[in-house]
Amino acid sequence: MVDERPSRAALRGNLPPLALHVPEPRFRPGDRVDYSWLDIPEAGALPRFDEACEARETWPATLGMIRVLDEEHRAVGGWDPRLEPETLRRMLHTMALTRAFDDRMYRGQRQGKTSFYMKCTGEEAISVACAYALAGDDMVFPSYRQQGILIARGFPLVEMVNQIYSNRADRLKGRQLPIMYSARDYGFFTISGNLATQLPQAVGWAMASAIKGDTRIATGFVGEGSSAEGDFHAAMTFAAVYNAPVVLNVVNNQWAISSFSGFAGAERSTFAARAAGYGIAGLRVDGNDALAVYAATRWAANRARANQGPTLIEHFTYRAEGHSTSDDPAAYRSAHEREEWPLGDPVMRLARHLIQLGEWDDARHAAMDREVAEEVKAAAKEAEKNGVLGHGFHHPFHTMFEDVFEELPWNLREQAEQAIRERVTKWPERAGGNDGKGNTGGAA
Amino acid sequence: MTMIEAINDALDVMMGHDPDVVIFGEDVGYFGGVFRATAGLQAKYGKTRVFDTPINECGIIGAAVGMAAYGLRPVPEIQFADYIYPGLDQLISEAARLRYRSAGEFTAPITVRSPFGGGIFGGQTHSQSPEALFTHVSGLKTVIPSTPHDAKGLLIAAIEDNDPVIFFEPKRIYNGPFDGYYDHPSKTWKNHPGGQVPEGYYSIPLGKARTVREGQAMTVLVYGTMVHVAEAVLAEKGVDAEIIDLRTLWPLDIEAVEKSVQKTGKCLVIHEATRTSGFGAELVSLVQERCFYHLEAPVERVTGFDTPYPHSLEWAYFPGPVRIGEAVDRLLNSEA
Repeated sequence: MVDERPSRAALRGNLPPLALHVPEPRFRPGDRVDYSWLDIPEAGALPRFDEACEARETWPATLGMIRVLDEEHRAVGGWDPRLEPETLRRMLHTMALTRAFDDRMYRGQRQGKTSFYMKCTGEEAISVACAYALAGDDMVFPSYRQQGILIARGFPLVEMVNQIYSNRADRLKGRQLPIMYSARDYGFFTISGNLATQLPQAVGWAMASAIKGDTRIATGFVGEGSSAEGDFHAAMTFAAVYNAPVVLNVVNNQWAISSFSGFAGAERSTFAARAAGYGIAGLRVDGNDALAVYAATRWAANRARANQGPTLIEHFTYRAEGHSTSDDPAAYRSAHEREEWPLGDPVMRLARHLIQLGEWDDARHAAMDREVAEEVKAAAKEAEKNGVLGHGFHHPFHTMFEDVFEELPWNLREQAEQAIRERVTKWPERAGGNDGKGNTGGAA
Repeated sequence: MTMIEAINDALDVMMGHDPDVVIFGEDVGYFGGVFRATAGLQAKYGKTRVFDTPINECGIIGAAVGMAAYGLRPVPEIQFADYIYPGLDQLISEAARLRYRSAGEFTAPITVRSPFGGGIFGGQTHSQSPEALFTHVSGLKTVIPSTPHDAKGLLIAAIEDNDPVIFFEPKRIYNGPFDGYYDHPSKTWKNHPGGQVPEGYYSIPLGKARTVREGQAMTVLVYGTMVHVAEAVLAEKGVDAEIIDLRTLWPLDIEAVEKSVQKTGKCLVIHEATRTSGFGAELVSLVQERCFYHLEAPVERVTGFDTPYPHSLEWAYFPGPVRIGEAVDRLLNSEA
């Protein structure tokens, strides 16, 4: 008899009702920002571990933070990579160039030259220092916010702009959303819009290198937000099981579009600490400290290359700008966050370090800023000769059907013919070939 | 050879032929696979070319994409087609799009082998036929053999192909052909012409159908286990049907389909998979578009029902002789 069963309340006594915890960031638009709650360890506090150490010995580094540059901009502690001033200046230049490139392309989007752009402002040290710490033929599996690696590896800026403008010189033939670069010759894997898919792929590439007895390693990047994807778990498991020569990076910039890092699990632990559960070495790094990023990456790369296995690196940083040109962060976070961010600006911190060494000065910095702006401007103008989005300079129609497969199957041949017929109907004046503006007809 | 032996032989041939071929998946290494398809290969080629994986389909396919980007030719196994779904993002968003989105810089010459189809009391998660999910994805090829001979030749062609191939193996006919009469004794491949498998290397081109039987009365478009069921039913009814085993679902051998339907004027499409939005819908649509003025009757579809695959009622679900027979009769009795 259902009615005779004791009620749930009677059974449970005075237990409090359960409550769902939904994380909430500390500051919303208009709030005064106070980062005093953030535990930022002192520079130089963490000892450098032997590259051949047991993975579990890195536990302190997953909860602490590898920092090299101190408050006076000196390089301190065991993680100081002791780079030559010339190397530091080149890194600084690459970071400044990356920032200048972002600024120009952002404006290009606002001027209607392209549909979309994503800046990496505030995160330049992570990609640039990583590229400097890796060998040139190590394969990178990036997310969409590591343009600094392409720039550091000398991929032509004009090619980057061609891709962003989807013009007739775009190597990807206008098929890909802007910034989804692909540069095989520069060890830069084709970027996908689907988050975190590149992480197990990086592990697979590293496994292949190991299967072949190669000496190259792979590195992969995700944001802290996409570390919540199942692919992250797959990558960590496979990397651990096969001792894959791979460096996996989580760029923790605190924000995944409008969701703060709490929605990826940051309230409970660090992202680096996840390494321990997989038996992988883990390092947590001040992502705005180029020397710390370089040192950690070099440590992990050496370890991987010596068959000592994979490393997970969390780069602790701040996404200084909106998620993309389609995003307005003023709608979900305080505008003061950026200025109050305790780890500062990566470009200025490296510059001040060089100044402190007597290897740089404000005048040279100002000259560098002018020079990188000019370099980007020249590249953008050069690329614009090949057209901007929607202005008619694009790849011929039939290229839309190519590369789906190695060979065109019958259905794509038929559909290509249809696209060409439609084109003649829409623009009869252009039929029959080149329209004089470099835009060739469908059959060309 | 059985189909399992033919698949094992194809893998052996390709492992020997190309040092970049690697095989991996759940239980495929030391143990040789839950269906024995990879038996003996690890002992012969070593643990770095044939190995077990964690139980993680996303990882299996994702690692395969990375290996392919490096330059290997991975042949991962998904233990049952029913368990391919956790790997779908890697298959659809990555493997299938790699060549296109990188304008040919990176390719994915991957062959995903997976047992599929029902008829073995496999219930909901050991019986599914998810081929329509893959034929709908531009950039993927979908191959389903129906005999040991075809399985070996098609698998070798799939592994050699520079595009990603989904290779579904109808597990009901791993050990012998199946005519749909579940209450009859099992047959073996020994006396079936499709069980004659040549030694060594040979390949069967992808995208080419096989005419199982020439005929005039109607065209039957079919693949996998249902090839044998269709053959048995039509023979029993004495219908002079032309039976076409598609072998490659996509890219489809459209010429073989058109030529046959334009000759016979009638078309029957048979698959085990559920009906709505199944691959049959595409076949019916293509036949309707391309053979309309030759058709003497509505195109018929015999398929699984639009339900999850049931356990105890398997033979009520399976598109067996009765369901096929009714459709054949409707086609025979219809007048243009």
